[in-house]
Amino acid sequence: MKKFLNTAESFLSDSLAGFAAAHPDLVVDADNRVVTRARGAVPKKVGLVSGGGSGHEPLHSGFVGAGMLDAACPGEVFTSPVPDQVLAAVRAVDGGAGTVLVVKNYTGDVMNFQLAAELADDDGLRVETVLVDDDVAVQDSTFTAGRRGTGATLLVEKITGAAAARGDGLGAVADLGRRVNAASRSFAVALTSCTTPGSGRPGFDLPDDEIEVGVGIHGEPGRRREKLRPAREIAADMVRAVLEDRPLSSGEEAIVIVNGLGATPLSELYLVFGEVSSLLAERGIRIARNLVGNYVTSLDMAGCSVTVCAADQEFLDLWDAPVNTPALRWGC
Amino acid sequence: MDTDLARAWVQAIAETVAQNKEYLTGLDAAIGDGDHGANMERGFSAALEAVDGREAASAGEVLATAGKTLISRVGGASGPLYGTVFRTLGKRLAAPEDGTAALADALAAALEGVRTMGGAQVGDKTMVDAFSPAVEAFTAASDSGLGAAARSAAEAAEEGLRSTVPLQARKGRASYLGERSIGHADPGAASTALIFRALAEVAGRG
Repeated sequence: MKKFLNTAESFLSDSLAGFAAAHPDLVVDADNRVVTRARGAVPKKVGLVSGGGSGHEPLHSGFVGAGMLDAACPGEVFTSPVPDQVLAAVRAVDGGAGTVLVVKNYTGDVMNFQLAAELADDDGLRVETVLVDDDVAVQDSTFTAGRRGTGATLLVEKITGAAAARGDGLGAVADLGRRVNAASRSFAVALTSCTTPGSGRPGFDLPDDEIEVGVGIHGEPGRRREKLRPAREIAADMVRAVLEDRPLSSGEEAIVIVNGLGATPLSELYLVFGEVSSLLAERGIRIARNLVGNYVTSLDMAGCSVTVCAADQEFLDLWDAPVNTPALRWGC
Repeated sequence: MDTDLARAWVQAIAETVAQNKEYLTGLDAAIGDGDHGANMERGFSAALEAVDGREAASAGEVLATAGKTLISRVGGASGPLYGTVFRTLGKRLAAPEDGTAALADALAAALEGVRTMGGAQVGDKTMVDAFSPAVEAFTAASDSGLGAAARSAAEAAEEGLRSTVPLQARKGRASYLGERSIGHADPGAASTALIFRALAEVAGRG
């Protein structure tokens, strides 16, 4: 393992200390491991809190700021935060209008956020949870933990963040988040595995000439392994998987994210976006907005995900609303 | 179970989890994300610190403190699940005179808590595969005293752990692997087996 770290044990604390130094307009509570906006709770605004295991940066701490999250709770690498962290975040951002928790659908995250929601309820704080489960690689069934939450988390956080900023109430913000999730689908392909600082070894072995199709964002293998093929063919498979699950008709508009998993150069991500863009154009689907870059990563994994969100005008207006965070900034 | 035994159990778990950190991590690396050893070590060393640092009126209080600490420090699914186990044991063992039969009932309630929270049944390739037979064996042997019941439970948990090897995971992170989870022991079942073995060791000392 070659990584910039001092010790594996201090990796998260050291990284958060750097994040705090780089972003003096945010507050990093090192004891509780909560990142909040410097201005604290905004009276009468619905608070927006997310969190999850670390290793997916800039998700979630990089999305704290005006027009997006009020707080993020980073857990250990690939380990959900604990309920105490989430409760501390809810207390910090509650402005009297309640708080929406954006939770990616993983067993640990769901349990810890659920416990936190119960603790918040004990405190008389109103909390609504939006569960993100956009990854079509793993199908929902009664026998699995359900679909994983990946790229759509960014869409949910941006769009609900804008809705909270314009003054929408708790129920409306939560419902909107659920609608964004329901309109979004993602699919990822890995070119390499990733290595957690703690284990020091790749999470899975992938031969030099093979790719992992349908990979998750924790280094867990996907649904099948194939020989590397031209990007055009891989992109076609990803788009097909996404649209098979949530078809878009000709003339519909979409927000499309081509997201790097951590170790893939932007030039390759643009190349993939070009292919995705042609494939959608062939089907008459219009890309109304897009993002290309590293937003929901998996440490040092090479690969990318494609997220397609069927967008109505409200989604687009809220997407365009000003946002000022470390990782997403426009209109301000 | 008295307070000394409860503390000794938590200490024995902390020791065995630390000794087996690499083993648990290796199992988890095969079918999960390779952090189960580190998370369990962090949780139980914190739990040991918490129960050592305060007076307790009953074994239940010791175990409840351990459970709360696990929830606060572990994260992932292991934190809430093992936290629920020890908090449930804590609630059920409030009276100082609680004996082996009471511990059997408390373990059954803890298992029920895990099932409710995680939604897993025997055969899903989770900690339940070790926990459920351990509770059955403990209950069946509880008339023979704590030492014998705990030994029987540890053996059943280890047998349950071995039974997870050929299974395909249907719950938890490993369920995302589907068929590729076959052939690996479940890390949660492995840590559960360590916890029951630790109980057998401290119970056997008396």
